[in-house]
Amino acid sequence: MSDAAKPLLRLTGLLLPLLVLCALPFYLESYWLRIGLFSMAAAIGAVGLSLLSGTAGQLSMGHAFFLAVGAYGYVWFSGDPGLGLPPVVAMVLAVLLAGAAGGVFSPVAGRVKGMYLGIATLALVFVGHHLMLTMDGVTGGFNGRSVEPMEIGGLVLDSGHDDLAVLGVPFGAEERLWYFGLALLAFTWFTARGLLRGRPGRALVALRDSETAASVMGVPVARYRSSAFVVSSMYAGLAGVLIALSFRRVVPDYFGLVLSIDYLAMIVIGGLGSVGGAVAGAFFVTALPLVMAKYADQLPLVAAPGSADGSLGPTEASRYLYGAAIVVILLWAPDGLHGLVRRLRLRLRREPSPPPPEPGLAEPVNPAPTTLPAVPVKEHTP
Amino acid sequence: MTGLLDTLLAGLALGAVYALVALGFVIIFKASHVMNFAHGSMLLLGGYLTAVLHEHLGFAAALAVGVLATAALAGAVDRVLLQRLPQDPKAAHVATIVTIGIDILLVTDLARRIGGDLLSLGDPWGDKVRTLGPVTVPDSRLAAVAVSALVIGAVFALFRYSRWGLSLRCAAEDTEAAALQGVRLGRTRMLAWCLAGALAALAAVFLAAFPATGLERTTGQIALKAFPAAILGGLASPVGALAGSLVIGLTEAFVITYQSDLHVLGDGLSDVAPYVVMILVLLVRPNGLFGAKGAVRV
Repeated sequence: MSDAAKPLLRLTGLLLPLLVLCALPFYLESYWLRIGLFSMAAAIGAVGLSLLSGTAGQLSMGHAFFLAVGAYGYVWFSGDPGLGLPPVVAMVLAVLLAGAAGGVFSPVAGRVKGMYLGIATLALVFVGHHLMLTMDGVTGGFNGRSVEPMEIGGLVLDSGHDDLAVLGVPFGAEERLWYFGLALLAFTWFTARGLLRGRPGRALVALRDSETAASVMGVPVARYRSSAFVVSSMYAGLAGVLIALSFRRVVPDYFGLVLSIDYLAMIVIGGLGSVGGAVAGAFFVTALPLVMAKYADQLPLVAAPGSADGSLGPTEASRYLYGAAIVVILLWAPDGLHGLVRRLRLRLRREPSPPPPEPGLAEPVNPAPTTLPAVPVKEHTP
Repeated sequence: MTGLLDTLLAGLALGAVYALVALGFVIIFKASHVMNFAHGSMLLLGGYLTAVLHEHLGFAAALAVGVLATAALAGAVDRVLLQRLPQDPKAAHVATIVTIGIDILLVTDLARRIGGDLLSLGDPWGDKVRTLGPVTVPDSRLAAVAVSALVIGAVFALFRYSRWGLSLRCAAEDTEAAALQGVRLGRTRMLAWCLAGALAALAAVFLAAFPATGLERTTGQIALKAFPAAILGGLASPVGALAGSLVIGLTEAFVITYQSDLHVLGDGLSDVAPYVVMILVLLVRPNGLFGAKGAVRV
């Protein structure tokens, strides 16, 4: 490939998917658009978690809590009971609130490492769930609250009464929210990449690879750890707002441990430490069960819902496939979809040089340990 | 006063059962740096097998089958699936997510089989109670404490005196050096997983016994409370797991007893309290109560 063609190719590589994404609402039914919206929201949250876990090497299982703070924050700032602010302002405030919640947790997040932080953040999910049920003045308790629609410059993003149609296609809530979600996702994509490629990203990578080396080089360890946590919770808050907008109702039970685990699965399946991987993983994890649930009855061995005892229902079938997909993908590609694509690309180019090892990730392979036992059997006297 | 004693005993029994589960976590983490999210579903599997088989085989034999089958499954999961992954401790999160996938598979399958039922495990204690001085205790609770103490003692002896225990401690200390000394890493790891699976299956019996109503599809979620117990003590420390479990068990029992006094904080506080305690401990000691400080040499 000549050097002159490269930027052009990059530009088309960027614009083409964008064009396709913008055109989708004209062709897809609202069911698919909803799946897309949930996936976009998940992608925003996953990018945030990826910053924390993939780049800073901190595991968090409390992501559902920050999503909840974002979602409920938006509902409370924009709704009644609440402040009744304009939706855009409410959204910004909700994101800041999620960041503040992350900041409150920073005494723990700055000091506790790795798996310990993972379990410590479990606490957030359970405490958060408890708070959502208890503070029913703000959160509406068990039944949750309905969500004020987003409004930008007079255009209300709901199924509205203004019969808006573009090119003959009626634009309901899903179509309108689609572009809003797309804009938020693009914002997330570019800010996250900027962060990762700039000074903070490098500091975090250094911190993950060796805390000692990083602190010797002048990276303030605790401050960077806790600010990674805060930034990640702000992305989660933004994702929470979008989730609230696309569900149009927030309930406490949605923001449970399962959701946190799903996010963890997203970033690992996508490949840790890469923004594109996080987005791909988010689409995979969010869309797969929904798509499967839609088509489960056409799969072999699956009975219609509510048929005889002991038969396999569609929900269960999709859970089986989801679980199996996680296991199979990770056994096949421990560095996730991101690593898979990278290896595929390298093979296509047939470059003789080996791929640069992704820092901190599974080095391509160190197959030794499982076979090691055979080696030391040889008798050596020291 | 009686209330206090009652609560203490209940907390002790609960802690003893958590200890079985938390010890399993710690053994697995020590051996393979993996947080086993499938622990809850393994516990459920052990309980389910015992429940299904006890009418044909009798309780003891059914329990033996349940424990062995769960141990075999846990060992197989490690040997067949997890050991294929890159063995770098920094890549342990991949194996951790694989256990989530396994958990989803197992839980879906078991929940489908159990449905909405409450399964009795046919344990010999039934709903009998006995009076010890001022307090009345269910037999099953006494059995939980006694059996846990015995089993945990045996596990600690295994750590201390058996060749496997030595291998495990060596491998946890320095994997490469251990391999060079002839420690069979793969087998040591697999046996650790087997042991953890067996402990989980055993715990299922006491979780389903008398004060509880039986084994249901959600019983496995109890394993989530063993997470704070394991962290509280320090993830790589078996003694810590024991201490952490007792702290968590007692906390839960006391919050249940005095819930009415704490009503301001909302219902269902007993589910949250263990996590709050964990956070408080981690604030003071980020590596848990018994976790190694870990000086870093440059």
